[in-house]
Amino acid sequence: MKQRIVISGRGGQGVLFVTRLLAEAGLALGMDVLTSETHGMAMRGGTVISHVKVGGFKSPLIRRGSADMGLFLTLSDITIHGDFVNTAGYRVVNTNLSGEYLFVDATTEAREMGSLLVTNLVLLGYAIAHRTLFCDAMVMKKVIEKISNNRNRELNLVGFQRGLELKGGQQ
Amino acid sequence: MEQRILLGNEAIGRGLVESGCTLIASYPGTPASEILESAVVFAKESRAKIHTEWSVNEKIAYEVALGHSYTGKRSAVAMKQVGLNVAADPFMRSAYLGVKGGLVVIVADDPGPHSSQTEQDSRYFAQFARIPVFDPSDPAEAKVMIERALDLSETYELPVMVRPTTRVCHARQNVQCRAPQEIYRKAEFKKNPGRWVATPQFLTTLHRELNDKVDIIGSLKNFLPFLTKGKGALAEYCIVSSGVAYANTYEILDELGFLGKVDFFKVDLPYPLNRDFIQKVNTEYKKILVFEETYPVIEMQFANQSICGRISKDVPDYGELTPEIIESILRKFLPAPVPEKQEAKEIKGVRPSLCPGCPHRASFYAIRQTFPKGIFPSDIGCYTLGMNFGAVDTCHCMGACISQGAGLYHAYAADGPDYPTIVVTIGDSTFFHAGIPALVNAVFTKARFILVILDNSTTAMTGNQPTPQVGIMADGCAGNTVFIPDLVKASGVKFLRQADPYDLPVFKNLLAEADRFCRKDDGGVAVIIAKHPCIMNGQARKQQVVYRIQVNEECNGCKVCLKRFECPSLVFDENKKKVFIDQNSCIGCGVCPSVCPAGAITAEKMEVET
Repeated sequence: MKQRIVISGRGGQGVLFVTRLLAEAGLALGMDVLTSETHGMAMRGGTVISHVKVGGFKSPLIRRGSADMGLFLTLSDITIHGDFVNTAGYRVVNTNLSGEYLFVDATTEAREMGSLLVTNLVLLGYAIAHRTLFCDAMVMKKVIEKISNNRNRELNLVGFQRGLELKGGQQ
Repeated sequence: MEQRILLGNEAIGRGLVESGCTLIASYPGTPASEILESAVVFAKESRAKIHTEWSVNEKIAYEVALGHSYTGKRSAVAMKQVGLNVAADPFMRSAYLGVKGGLVVIVADDPGPHSSQTEQDSRYFAQFARIPVFDPSDPAEAKVMIERALDLSETYELPVMVRPTTRVCHARQNVQCRAPQEIYRKAEFKKNPGRWVATPQFLTTLHRELNDKVDIIGSLKNFLPFLTKGKGALAEYCIVSSGVAYANTYEILDELGFLGKVDFFKVDLPYPLNRDFIQKVNTEYKKILVFEETYPVIEMQFANQSICGRISKDVPDYGELTPEIIESILRKFLPAPVPEKQEAKEIKGVRPSLCPGCPHRASFYAIRQTFPKGIFPSDIGCYTLGMNFGAVDTCHCMGACISQGAGLYHAYAADGPDYPTIVVTIGDSTFFHAGIPALVNAVFTKARFILVILDNSTTAMTGNQPTPQVGIMADGCAGNTVFIPDLVKASGVKFLRQADPYDLPVFKNLLAEADRFCRKDDGGVAVIIAKHPCIMNGQARKQQVVYRIQVNEECNGCKVCLKRFECPSLVFDENKKKVFIDQNSCIGCGVCPSVCPAGAITAEKMEVET
């Protein structure tokens, strides 16, 4: 299996953490992994994008129109980076507004859980439950346990679990 | 052997620990910052005894590593590409004098550039110095090249550069890791004044020896570029590539169905380029395409006018070689179908901004309010973002703001006494890096301006590395603390005050007082230390008073707060034509109420949670 994934959001929303989780999940499944990330000044609240490629690639970058799926941490990211995903690919968006994508209001869910920091994990859980990613929930849970720091591990797992159970919406 | 997911910079840090380096020095800078940080982690994990340090600048880091290598021990220095400009002096001469223990110079380039003030090619700099340079195409390869570079360095007693680019530094990959190599060497500096002092009379010989070394390395068989052979009708064609441009080209050739149909070379050592390879390419091929970042280093060494590359402008002579650009060039070069042009729509995302609650925002607001007609030279760090609200007028290179401020002053002062107030802003880490000699010079030469040292007790932009004033070294141990006020006083400054910029009225008064000092008969440079910890520092945040910020009905939608204060937590509601607070991002610093002309922003002190 090969998959090209983009993750788009604002600096500080946990784009890099989701990138790491997906990379580690690829490793756990014995796949070759390559990612590309944004660091530096753009992370000060600017729009950032990560690329994740699993299953034998050479280049860390994904061209516009060639990603198999995209995770979008805010709705406005889809206007900026939505065209990275090919026409047959999945777009999974954190929003309460319906559109031509799978969506779930991860921000509201995370706020109800008491920490906006897990918005990214709610969205990831939702994306995995809807079979849009190369890995399943079991593998991802182990990875979350492995790489979360002690302070956030429980909360991360709970956020991810919430995402798995949400119905969300799709068109 | 185990596989781990490593960031390119972590792979490099791992490589340094595995290959028995006993000293690693660096100064933080995107995209190189994580190299030293990861080396610290891997050294602790494997209990390897390594001296790691955040030096105050790259020149010093280079010289520390050089001294270590003179004793026969392996050492490394890591920096971003413009860091090598700072370290250029020791770098150039170290090629002539050479090293004893292996010295690997890691210089991370930033084609694009994504987070730098130039997109210079450090391989060019290596060629200028006559120092061999490796060009890795992915994190796993970067780690292997660290070891190859150290071996090469020791064999020829020459520093060797490894030049990753942003796309390698900030890529993650599964990488083979092994146990660190244990090299026991006792420090042994053998005196040799003809070499280590090398007055001009010795340099002709040293220069000739350097040239001989480079000639030998340029003929070594193990640096012959790797060939993916093409079978078929395209015998006259070849593609030569290195670094990430190779990885991108490989994948696109595969997609276009040309992988294995055209000869495709991967260069590991762009300088010195293997001489047999140069000969082979120039004689066996008629159509040659070179992809490399960012300058034509390989292309130039072919000295072949017919090559398609950056000199011929078949490849753009600036910028990153993105997969999109490589694809369009390959389609023209090879007999491949050219698809109908698709309109590439680039929509700009949200621009970066200082964090909500950032103390720099308060400083900049106060400076601009106090001196609406002032001139504001600034420098490199998070605070460069002060340009978003007109409080940063220049940004050049590390430490330049102080001397630029002096130059501006001398220009205006020559025209009469009514010169504009010049307020220079510099971060604490940048001040240590290159600000101290500049301040001495400005005081000595009677310049008059206000210098605001934005002291947030960290190197924030690059991931919060400690400064000498924080007093914690790279490995987490305590160092000997060096205080900024002591340095300022020792520089001869006669006006030095310190204040928390969160307290806007006090801070504005201080600025006005500083301006009066500058203009006094015996005035000069006035220094204000704007002291408030970076809000990314969790410990400091806990001690900060938190306010609940709200906007009441008095808001008339004037947008002064948005334009002049530019806090991401102040959001304009287009329907109600009023500002509201984004409570998700607001940290309750309590500064913005004094910014609103209508008094519509209120702050209520919150009970501290325990």
